[in-house]
Formats: sequence, C-alpha cells, structure tokens
Amino acid sequence: MLSIREIGKSFGGLTALRAVSLDVKQGDIKALIGPNGAGKTTLLNIVSGIHKPDNGEVFFMGEKIVHLTPSKIARKGISRTFQHVELFGNMTVLENIMVGRYAKTKAGFFSSGFKFPSIMKEEEKIQRKSGEILEYINLGNRKDELASNLPIGEQRVLEIGRALATEPHLILLDEPAAGLNIKETRDLGEIIRKIREELKITIVLVEHDMELVMRISDSITVLNFGEVIADGAPLEIQKNPEVIIAYLGEEEEIQKGYNAHP
Amino acid sequence: MRKGDLSAFLLLIFLIAVLPIFSGSPYTLTVGIFSGINAIVAIGLCILMGFAGQVSLGQAGFYGIGAYVSSVLSVHAGFPIVVSMIFAMVVAAFAAAILAVPALRLKGHYLAVATLGFGEIIYVILNEWGPGGPSGFGDIPHFNLFGYTIDSTKGHFYLVWGLVAVVMFFSINLIHSRTGRALRAVHDSEIACNAMGLDVAALKIKVFILSAVYAALAGSLYAHYVTFISPSSFSLFYSILVLMMVIVGGITNVWGAIIGAVVITVLPELLRRFEELDVLVYGLILTLSLIFFRKGLVPILIERIKKLRGFAVVKH
Repeated sequence: MLSIREIGKSFGGLTALRAVSLDVKQGDIKALIGPNGAGKTTLLNIVSGIHKPDNGEVFFMGEKIVHLTPSKIARKGISRTFQHVELFGNMTVLENIMVGRYAKTKAGFFSSGFKFPSIMKEEEKIQRKSGEILEYINLGNRKDELASNLPIGEQRVLEIGRALATEPHLILLDEPAAGLNIKETRDLGEIIRKIREELKITIVLVEHDMELVMRISDSITVLNFGEVIADGAPLEIQKNPEVIIAYLGEEEEIQKGYNAHP
Repeated sequence: MRKGDLSAFLLLIFLIAVLPIFSGSPYTLTVGIFSGINAIVAIGLCILMGFAGQVSLGQAGFYGIGAYVSSVLSVHAGFPIVVSMIFAMVVAAFAAAILAVPALRLKGHYLAVATLGFGEIIYVILNEWGPGGPSGFGDIPHFNLFGYTIDSTKGHFYLVWGLVAVVMFFSINLIHSRTGRALRAVHDSEIACNAMGLDVAALKIKVFILSAVYAALAGSLYAHYVTFISPSSFSLFYSILVLMMVIVGGITNVWGAIIGAVVITVLPELLRRFEELDVLVYGLILTLSLIFFRKGLVPILIERIKKLRGFAVVKH
C-alpha cells in the first residue's frame, strides 16, 4: 500500500537518504531500524510531507503523494506520532482526540457560532466517537485531564489515539517507546498489535527498542548512513551479517574514540 | 453552552437589562456604552491571541476601518445605517485577509511588529485621505432601523450591550466547537495540526477575519454613537489599550475580555478625583494588577471559586 521509490534527500552537504526504496504491505507492522542518524525519521517526515525529497517518489495506495502538503497527506489517510511528543498540551485528553476528528467533520465558523442544529448532532457524534477511542486505548479515566499532565507513557498512547481519530489507513510511529519503562513498553506493544489486528490499520514504526521491534513487527527494514542495508522478516534480520556489522561497527567506532582520548 | 458559561451569560443579560434602570445618569451610561464598544474589540483580540495564539497590535486599524467606512457610506453615499455597518465589516474582513497573508509566515514578536505596521498604515491613510483629514468629520447619523432612530443614551446602551451579548454568544459557541478546538490546537502545535489534516493557513486567515469583523462592528457603533470621528481615536494607542483589556481580564478566557474592557474603561473615570495624578495612579494599578493577578482577573477568580468549592466539599 505504501511504496517508497529511490528517495534521495540531503540537508546542505549532509546526505540523509540515498536512493532509498521500500514497500509496506497492507496490514503489516513494518519496523524501520538503524543506528542514530541513519535517516529513519527523515524518511517518515518525507512520507508525511514535512520534508520534500530531492528526488524519488512515494506512492500511497497507488497515488503519488510526494508533492502534497502534510495536511493533504493526512487527509489521504496517513497519520503519525512524533519522536518529541506533539500533543495539544493546553487541551484535555478528550479534546486532543476530538481535534483528531477534525478532517472527518464539517462545522464551520458561522454554523458553529450560531449553533445550527446540524452542528449539534455532529458535535455529539464527535464526543461519542472520541470517548470510544479513549476507552479503546485505555485512557477513558483520564479524559478531563490536561494532556501535558499525563506521564510520558500515556502521552505516547494518547498521540496514537489522536492519530486513530483521523481514521487512517496507515499510521507512522516515530520512536513510540522512547522514554517508556518496561511495563509501559509492553502495554504499548499490545495497543499497536490490537490496532493492526482489530482495525486493520497498517503501521510503520521507527524504534530503537529491539525487543519490542522483534516481538511485534512482521517485517523490518534496516537503514545505515541513508541506505537500505537489509530488508526482511525479524529472524532473517537478526542473522544478517551486514546488520550485525552496522550495529557492532558503531560500537567499534565508540571504542576507538574512547581509546583515542583516555 | 457549558454550565459556567451559561450562568455567566444569563447574569450578563440580567445586568444589561437592569443596570440602566438603577443608574440612569447619562454620564454612567456613556461610560457603559464605551465599555461595551471596547468589549467587542477585546473579545475578538482575545480569541485571536488567547485561543489561536496569533498576536495583533493592529486592531485599531480594523476599528478605524469600521468607523470610517460606515460613516462615509451613511453620510456621503446615503446608505441605510445597517447596510453601511455590514459593508464596514466586509471591508475589514478583506483587509484582514490581506494582512493574514504575511501574517501566516510570521510568529510572536515579528507578527506583533507586522500588525503594528498595518495599524499605522490605516492610521496614515485616514489622516491623509480620510474626509476632513486629521480633524475628522461629524454629522454622522445615529443608528436607525425601519425608520426608528436610537438617539437616547439609554437606547444606545441597549443597542451596544445587546450586540455585546450576541458577539459573546457567538464566541462562546465557537470556542467549544470543532473550529474553536482547531484554533487552540494551532496555538499548541502546528506540526501536529498538519498531521491531523487541519488546514492551518485557512484557520489563521479566518480567525484574523473574525477579530477584524468584531473590531469593525465596534468601530461603526462608535461612529454612530459619537457622531463625530477623527483619526486620533484609531491610533496605535487604541490597539495597546485593547491589548491591555485582554491581558488584565485574562487572555485565556473570553469573559476576561469583557471584564478587562469594563475595568480599563471605567478606571480612568473613577480616578478623576486624583486630578493631575490620575494617569500615575492608573499606571500603578495596572502594574500592580499584572504583578499580583498575572493570569488575569477572570482566570484568578475562577481559581478562587474552585478552591472555595473544594473546601466546602472537604468539610461535608
């Protein structure tokens, strides 16, 4: 459903991505892994339209989307979460989800201000649907709290809930387990799985927590220095010598640096 | 409407109906009328700044457009006043849409300076090309509708505050709607808004237009009440004054805009007794209120009430 073709992107003199191609199958959980600076987040930002690539194409359900604005891409059915949580911190947990319903509803300035009857019905539906989503991600009891007051684990889950509210076909998760403890990470894995199994939503996730990645993903793509070095099922990736070098190589570098400055 | 808003709104209606009966002196009513006119501008700025997070130091420009367009059309073109007022709001809406284009690329201090520049441009235009130039012009007709003219102070009080109530009704509904939530979301994280499929640019343009239409409505009410206008009423000082109202009242609450407008309008009148020291005392009170009620009068009041209720619950 998502097909990334020969994407290249550089920031000034730094090449972030070099001819990256990969495919995501409908209904899969696809993990993007690789050492820091490999270009994983840049790739997510290109798919969601925040960055424009220097060359290459992104096809989503057969349609070219690279030239679209982030908000248009979102309305095509790609939603996302962020590495640094981007919740609406001054709004309640429920309101955050309700904003997610925006693109699926219609009320304008005038009809909202004068409270046309059609708007009242729509508003009730937004409330009900958002409440259901909160129950689904187990945050029902938090609905009236300010989003910024939640612990980080719940903030990350709320971000996923808000993405769900847009009724996406594809969700991009950028390091959803960053800063979470073991239990929170396990719960998060359950929610991601549940979303894929029950709602049939395809998921692409960038993640450093290898235990989580190996447990939930159907296929893994490994990036290193802006290039795809491996692509396959979790077990294949674990045994792939190039991947092992990419990760161990990084450690060797660290070791060298350490020895040079005792 | 939510419970708190509804009771506050009913109280507002009650006060509007009753106040002129108990304090019938034209002087008090006049101060009340100016408070109401300022409140309409302040409510618009409050939604723009407190909710959508866009700064404006150019509201006097829209206020001036409202006053001049409505006056010129009714005096020189002989338009019915209601039509002139609606035209004034439409012209202000177009001006806001034009201002919003550069505003979309700017944030914070830069946006403040750009809107300040806009206000000054309008001020200069009114001075150079406005009828009567810097000395302004008069003989502007009072508000009338279907042949009935409002010429009493009491009538103007009801007209102005009736419109404050309408503006308030519209604003409260808007804030608690899909659009209002989207505006607050734009304030918190534009990047997340994009990921939710919100059209951030369109929302910003619309909220600028809303605040401009409110200001133009107030400007036209001002012109048809005072019957004489000159550019000096629409200078940067007025923009700052409205900003002060919004901040003193509490920028995160639209009721704050009304309270702020009343306080800032009434305070100088109460301070007359200090004679030449009045400006000094005025400045002192404002500074102290900002130091001790930093969040604004209304949000602090709500906090206090909640605390009192909390204690009551604990006691039981």
